[in-house]
Amino acid sequence: MAEDWQNGGFGLYVHWPYCEAKCPYCDFNSHVARWIDHDRWTSAYKAEIARVRDEIGPRLLNSIYIGGGTPSLMQPETVATVIEAATTAWTPANDIEITLEANPGSVERARFAAFAEAGVNRVSMGIQALNDPDLHKLGRIHGRDDALRAFDIARDVFDRVSFDLIYARQDQSKAAWEDELSEALSMAVDHLSLYQLTIESGTAFGDRHARGGLKGLPDEDLSADMFEATQATCAAHGFPAYEVSNHAKPGAESRHNGIYWRYGDYAGIGPGAHGRITRDGTRYATVEPKSPAKWLDAASSGRSMRSTDALTMQEQADEMMLMGMRLYSGVSVSRFASLSPDPLELTKVRGLVDDGLLILDKDRIAATPAGMQVLNHILRRLLAR
Amino acid sequence: MTELTHIRNFSIVAHIDHGKSTLADRLIQDTNTVADRDMKEQLLDSMDIERERGITIKANTVRLDYTADNGEHYVLNLIDTPGHVDFAYEVSRSMRAVEGSLLVVDSTQGVEAQTLANVYQAIDADHEIVPVLNKIDLPASDVDRVAEQIEDVIGIDASGAIQVSAKTGVGIHEVLESIVHHLPAPTGNPDAPLKAMLVDSWYDAYLGVIVLVRIMDGHLKKGDRIKFLSNGTTHHVDRIGVFRPAMQNIDVLGPGEIGFLTASIKQVRDTRVGDTITHEKKGTEDALPGFKPAQPVVFCGLFPVDSAEFEDLRDAIEKLALNDASFSYEMETSAALGFGFRCGFLGLLHLEVIRDRIEREYNIDLITTAPSVIYHIYMKDGEMIELHNPADMPDLSKVDHLEEPRIKATILVPDDYLGDVLKLCQDRRGIQLDLTYAGSRAMVVYDLPLNEVVFDFYDRLKSVTKGYASFDYQMTGYREDNLVKMQVLVNDEPVDALSTMVHRDRAEMRGRAMCEKLKDLIPRHMFKIPIQAAIGGKVIARETLSALRKDVTAKCYGGDATRKRKLLDKQKAGKKKMRQFGKVDIPQEAFISALKMDS
Ligand SMILES: Nc1nc2c(ncn2[C@@H]2O[C@H](COP(=O)(O)OP(=O)(O)OP(=O)(O)O)[C@@H](O)[C@H]2O)c(=O)[nH]1
Ligand SMILES: C[S@@+](CC[C@H](N)C(=O)[O-])C[C@H]1O[C@@H](n2cnc3c(N)ncnc32)[C@H](O)[C@@H]1O
Ligand code: SF4
Ligand SMILES: [Mg+2]
Repeated sequence: MAEDWQNGGFGLYVHWPYCEAKCPYCDFNSHVARWIDHDRWTSAYKAEIARVRDEIGPRLLNSIYIGGGTPSLMQPETVATVIEAATTAWTPANDIEITLEANPGSVERARFAAFAEAGVNRVSMGIQALNDPDLHKLGRIHGRDDALRAFDIARDVFDRVSFDLIYARQDQSKAAWEDELSEALSMAVDHLSLYQLTIESGTAFGDRHARGGLKGLPDEDLSADMFEATQATCAAHGFPAYEVSNHAKPGAESRHNGIYWRYGDYAGIGPGAHGRITRDGTRYATVEPKSPAKWLDAASSGRSMRSTDALTMQEQADEMMLMGMRLYSGVSVSRFASLSPDPLELTKVRGLVDDGLLILDKDRIAATPAGMQVLNHILRRLLAR
Repeated sequence: MTELTHIRNFSIVAHIDHGKSTLADRLIQDTNTVADRDMKEQLLDSMDIERERGITIKANTVRLDYTADNGEHYVLNLIDTPGHVDFAYEVSRSMRAVEGSLLVVDSTQGVEAQTLANVYQAIDADHEIVPVLNKIDLPASDVDRVAEQIEDVIGIDASGAIQVSAKTGVGIHEVLESIVHHLPAPTGNPDAPLKAMLVDSWYDAYLGVIVLVRIMDGHLKKGDRIKFLSNGTTHHVDRIGVFRPAMQNIDVLGPGEIGFLTASIKQVRDTRVGDTITHEKKGTEDALPGFKPAQPVVFCGLFPVDSAEFEDLRDAIEKLALNDASFSYEMETSAALGFGFRCGFLGLLHLEVIRDRIEREYNIDLITTAPSVIYHIYMKDGEMIELHNPADMPDLSKVDHLEEPRIKATILVPDDYLGDVLKLCQDRRGIQLDLTYAGSRAMVVYDLPLNEVVFDFYDRLKSVTKGYASFDYQMTGYREDNLVKMQVLVNDEPVDALSTMVHRDRAEMRGRAMCEKLKDLIPRHMFKIPIQAAIGGKVIARETLSALRKDVTAKCYGGDATRKRKLLDKQKAGKKKMRQFGKVDIPQEAFISALKMDS
């Protein structure tokens, strides 16, 4: 019998934890460092890949994703070593996707060419906004012109380019966002990630918000309207949403993120990276130590500090549902049943269908566009025990 | 046994936090009653909740041996009392067992509301009073001003006031000497039949009920057969002793002495504070005047969040009530909250303390409903009903009129905040009785409905005066007013646990405020929820909670599926803290928070 992870495939995530500046809204594991020992990171990644390979054995490798932080600050040699090590350790699929996250501030043509040379075939660029005042309010260190220039270079060098925007910003009207979105769609190559600004605790924005600052954020109604408008406009321009915040031309969806959402297996390397790995029929959740210095020390000395927990069948079923329902294609009811000790309650599913939030099509359940707006509610209902 | 002339019995009284328990520490230490290594701050505050909140809740007795400067050996019985108004009853009964009081006044603060209340009680009990000005180690200490206040505001002589720092120990020796020389020795007849006052009693897991007694006449010995005059029950005394402050057994207690007895008594309920204890044979017939029992004045419903824990709650409440006669309870059923108890308390702090103890010591999550007072309902047929719970309000067509309890509130406040305090009292339907000045501080006396005070008055007072006001109250009696029951309907269904009694003239305002509050407290649902306040079927205020439109996590956080699972678990746990009512989930804190007024 096939193992469950094969529904999603296998990928490798590599985390690069450094940025030029910390953005005030960002709660990712990213840090500003005065000096980085690139050689040491390079050998540490290489050693970790070898070690994970020893643990999990041969696999077909569907994707590599180098995320951050700001991986475009990595030295091309480091990226080359990582890709080389991973594609030696596992058999690369013919259509392997190798993505690198980039910030507009750190783009030079020669560097990008070197990344391509190393094997990167897709770039995801954090543009965040297309006007200077908003970029400034978001605390970004690049301006509109930098972003456009960097994007042009990326488009020249790579076939597949995606970029991120953050919307539902302070004092942003729906009309202004729609204009900006039209421009974004006219630039877009094959993929776009459009995230509504989330205020996270533990960030500079989180603190300001808690103290009553950061006025002018949209209320629930406005952000719901903006979300609806975004979905409609993108669909009309040939970039339908395939996930809550992700849009692509059909066929150009992110394969790497698809592994997460389809709940495949993935190895996570680098500080704070998460993995899901099936071994001898058991699926394990892995997390690396979060601190870059601790991770680097551990990885360099060969004593891993990763925590590894076996997941129960119920936990796997829940995770499969939590990740999978983010996709408009939804999840398979029988797959859920094969994992979960308790199958989905049909009356609950019917109720959500009647409310117009869910589609039930043979073996598949999926959120409707209205349902996607209240996905957490759907998931609470479906997974309530 | 000690000669009467060499006994001194006294209580330490003061406004909350003026340093009674700390002064008791120094007296205990200076008389070597407890070894230095066993000392800790506020030694007598032994309950967890006392230590945690840094306040005294229960009065405590200690016996000290003191050799005075004149070379004589004295026995001093000290009773440390609570300062908070809710526990004023502890103070008043303690005072009945002693002949004098140390009146502690924080010399950085001056005379406060409970200072006054306690002094008047001490005067009523015919006490000698020794004023003690505390905290003179602090830079803000102003002993001259405070001594003047004591003379002006209270009207007692402060020339003999002792200046101390209970913290550093300065002046403690003078306090001990003053106790010996200024407080009277007790009186009593050693040859008369036993007559002892039952001052207090509590339950001890090992020894059963422990009874605190003050011997008036005669002697009490281990092995005696005693009788409680109130109910005629008899008991065999199996132990007598004194508190140092640990229990120490002794053989005999004589006139003027304070100590404890145990007599295989199972329940605190079998003893009555203020009762007279005598010998079964050849006892006295002549009972002491007794105490007025402590009456609960604030009522609220306590319901388990998890209805399966009802029996555990019953068990917890019964156990707590064993030890606290001032706490009452009866079973209550609510359509919204299921089975629970309607409980009576001495005040809001008492309520909080009991609730905390149930949650902590018995590990039961509680829903607390809005506190209410006892209304007197006069029916057309002449009958009078005591209403403890607005949900039980009888059919209006049968009601002639309603009366509510009133209080006399005394508030001391710096001049700068007087205006805010007057406004607050006026907003709460107060009638001003008096307004006088002592230096830059005003003393205002108001007649207020208890109902307007029990809930959040004290919080509001603290907030409008930045903590500079002090407050004390006494119940005065009942008065008729135009009171109505206001119901709250959520999604068109009445939620009985949110019913309150309000004054007709304020009903619209209160109704609007409650609906607005609930709109913020109840999370959005997938459908629109009307929230209404109504009086007898007529809607007087309304808000609509619009349907949930957006609840989705925008970012994906890569492969961190654990984070998503934890979020789901958190949401599920949050839902457990809600009560489902019809199709609507109401968070447990809504039942209290909805009633808090912002002005
Ligand atoms: N600096 C200084 N602090 C003192 C002195 N006496 C008491 N305190 C502090 O004042 C606070 C209140 O002291 P307590 O002894 O608990 O007061 P209390 O009157 O027993 O309080 P309740 O029992 O709650 O009414 C504590 O933080 C003490 O440490 C003093 O002489 N000097
Ligand atoms: C891991 S970040 C890294 C991308 C890259 N370092 C950059 O900032 O350009 C991935 C994306 O998450 C989005 N993001 C980060 N924090 C966010 C927040 N608080 N609210 C919404 N989106 C956020 C941004 O669009 C960002 O590009
Ligand atoms: S948003 Fe991107 S650039 Fe900014 S701190 Fe986060 S990871 Fe770094
Ligand atoms: Mg105290």
